[in-house]
Amino acid sequence: MADGWRHASYAAMLALVLIAVLPLHHYYRLNTLRQPARLFRAVIPVAVVFVIWDIVAAAAGEWRFDPAQTFGFRLWGLPLEEYAFFVVIPFAGILTFEAVAAAVSRRHTP
Amino acid sequence: MSAYTIASGLAALIAVCADLLVLHTALVRSRTWWMAYGIVVFFQLLANGWLTGRGIVRYSDAAIMGSERIVFFGDGRVAYAPVEDLAFGFALVLTSCAVWAWAGARTLPTS
Repeated sequence: MADGWRHASYAAMLALVLIAVLPLHHYYRLNTLRQPARLFRAVIPVAVVFVIWDIVAAAAGEWRFDPAQTFGFRLWGLPLEEYAFFVVIPFAGILTFEAVAAAVSRRHTP
Repeated sequence: MSAYTIASGLAALIAVCADLLVLHTALVRSRTWWMAYGIVVFFQLLANGWLTGRGIVRYSDAAIMGSERIVFFGDGRVAYAPVEDLAFGFALVLTSCAVWAWAGARTLPTS
């Protein structure tokens, strides 16, 4: 892999997750994206707690991130991709949950 | 016991308590949650397998049940990732979905 692309290894995973879940919104006609305030309240406070845990654990050496496979920017020891992770993954989880709820209720309504 | 082993187990426990006792969303008692989680955990194994199998994220021996050695299965790892990550992911997604359901119950009659 070209060296420039190698730096995008972590970001590519996050992009793929979004590409995988976003069609659910259209297919199941979800209202999730039309409720930005509710999404913000569900994702951000939980993300803050997990990010603090992440910063502390990374500082303690429990895990580390490969500089060759992340973009250069770091904040409190974490690559920017790691912050995005805590927004993208919960969002993907919520969309999946809503899609399953819609699929289940669709099956029960004639 | 290792730090991440304990912390991730506690996080999963706290998430279940938040769902049942604090937010009263009781997602863990619904079929919808477990069906959604089944899908989430499958994709977690793929996404996290990418992060850990390629060594984008590397764990210290001291923090996990297994060792620093990256193997597909065994030595405390599943799909390259430490098993602790399963508890971590469960806690993250359950808490977010529970707060989502709670926030919806407060603002919308149906969700």
